[in-house]
Amino acid sequence: MNAILESGVIDCHPASVPDYTPVAELRDLQLTRLKAVVARAWQHVNLFRSRMDELGMSPDDLRSLADISRLPFTTKSDLRDTYPFGLFASPMKDVVRLHGSSGTTGKPIVVAYTQEDVDVWSSVLVRCFAGCGLHRGDIIQIAYGYGLFTGGLGAHYGAEALGAAVVPTSVGHADRQIMLMKDFGVTAMCCTPTYFLHLIERAAEMGVDMKDLPLRAGVFGAEPWTESMRRHIEKMSSIEAFDIYGLSEIIGPGVGCECRRHDGLHIFEDHFYPEIVDPETGAPLPDGVEGELVLTTLSKQAMPMIRYRTRDITMILPGSCVCGRTLRRIARIGRRSDDMLIIRGVNVFPSQVESALLEVEGTLPHYQILLTREHGLDRMEVRVEVTPQMFNDKIGALQGLHDKLQSALDHVLGIRVQVALVEAYSIERSQGKAKRVIDRRTS
Amino acid sequence: MKIQQISLFAENKPGHIAAPARLLAQEGIDIRALYLADTQQYGIVRMIVSDWQKAAALLESHGFVVKVTEVLAVEVPDRPGGLADVLGALDGTGINIEYMYAFPYVREDGAILIFRFADPDEAIARLQTAGINLLGRDELMKI
Repeated sequence: MNAILESGVIDCHPASVPDYTPVAELRDLQLTRLKAVVARAWQHVNLFRSRMDELGMSPDDLRSLADISRLPFTTKSDLRDTYPFGLFASPMKDVVRLHGSSGTTGKPIVVAYTQEDVDVWSSVLVRCFAGCGLHRGDIIQIAYGYGLFTGGLGAHYGAEALGAAVVPTSVGHADRQIMLMKDFGVTAMCCTPTYFLHLIERAAEMGVDMKDLPLRAGVFGAEPWTESMRRHIEKMSSIEAFDIYGLSEIIGPGVGCECRRHDGLHIFEDHFYPEIVDPETGAPLPDGVEGELVLTTLSKQAMPMIRYRTRDITMILPGSCVCGRTLRRIARIGRRSDDMLIIRGVNVFPSQVESALLEVEGTLPHYQILLTREHGLDRMEVRVEVTPQMFNDKIGALQGLHDKLQSALDHVLGIRVQVALVEAYSIERSQGKAKRVIDRRTS
Repeated sequence: MKIQQISLFAENKPGHIAAPARLLAQEGIDIRALYLADTQQYGIVRMIVSDWQKAAALLESHGFVVKVTEVLAVEVPDRPGGLADVLGALDGTGINIEYMYAFPYVREDGAILIFRFADPDEAIARLQTAGINLLGRDELMKI
């Protein structure tokens, strides 16, 4: 606790004590927990045990933290392939919560929590909020989606555990969000950064100046965002904007979060062990070098994840943070190693667009995804080249085709998209292949 | 009696009809009639040209999506009630006009109506019974 006193921080909460664990002690704790979680997965998860067998490894081979790089990776497709319960390490009688997120096959991936897991999840969120300077007495509005998505409920339980008053608005109904922020005197907002931009603009249209509200902090995540977007948000609303990181496969929001220094995101590494690897070879990379973030859950009971490939590209920041936390930090995440797009917080894969187009026409026309940002919200347009098979010289028939494509895409992706029918060969091709995604969401 | 019409898909943007028109001009293909059906996003260019086979092959070879459809050409006097008389012949027959367009011609104060019917054979029979003059391909080209 000396570090706290020396750094003069005031954003302290009893739950934040582990943030300041001396490094040697933290590494010991991590090794103890790593051994336990690997043993647990080996004992209860067939896929993991068979992969360890292939490598000729057993949990006893783990002698130091460095040995983690010898363990097999887990990928998102492992979750899909074992849908729904194949990676569970707890019997259903011990599971208290199931969440899910979108996948390319149309089926969600499933994640499970024991009561202990839910408690850990709440505790890391308390540490996030405390690090953002929030505490009992704050009024926190949660405008992440509530439901299968981990964002809403995760932030909700954490904010309650912090002792704050929670306003669970979920996403949508901007006018009502703004009315409640104003009438309740909300002091902190949790949502995607683009949704908050939308709220700023809508508030201005309603004659509400965000700068006049008691709102002082925003905890924004579920999609990558930039420093310039942060500056814009802070200027327009006079709040302090924090980046929070997480993913359902690991626990949900709360894997890491910025402190008030805003110099990278602290990973709650007593529960989530971070590594950076070369996305091509999987080889470990040193601190300060950009690569793919790989996470291992150190305390998860219901669904341990060993060396999960997040596909998020970042680096471990060398050195320690001025805030005094001993937790290592990752740089803000700007891109992903695969082709997954995050649109309004929803995961979208180009392959989903392909399957929707195939479903309607039976053949795959050339298409292109154009992403733009309007009023702080992502806009996705799918341009489809009209082929001779699709073309009909009646407007009504073309309109019918347009509407069919529109509803198939809406259905498969779960978000609203705009369909544009375009002329054959109008989509630029390089080396015969069309460029599938154009992302103009600059901020 | 049936006349081949060429339809093209075109985005509703400046200059998007100029390219096919230029191609046809270069090959000496005459556009006898042209009609544009459009929405905010895109349009359909419908044309009756002097040599439809050559035109279709030419446009396709340049990457245009082309459709050839059969339409009927009806000659009516260019006066009030000209169209009403033709449509009157179809009243109560259940024949559906999928679309139509008209253009006048100068020589004899006439107008040509181009129809696309769901069932062109039935329409031909009805119109001829009513004494309405259907133009053949050659006659249309002479106008």
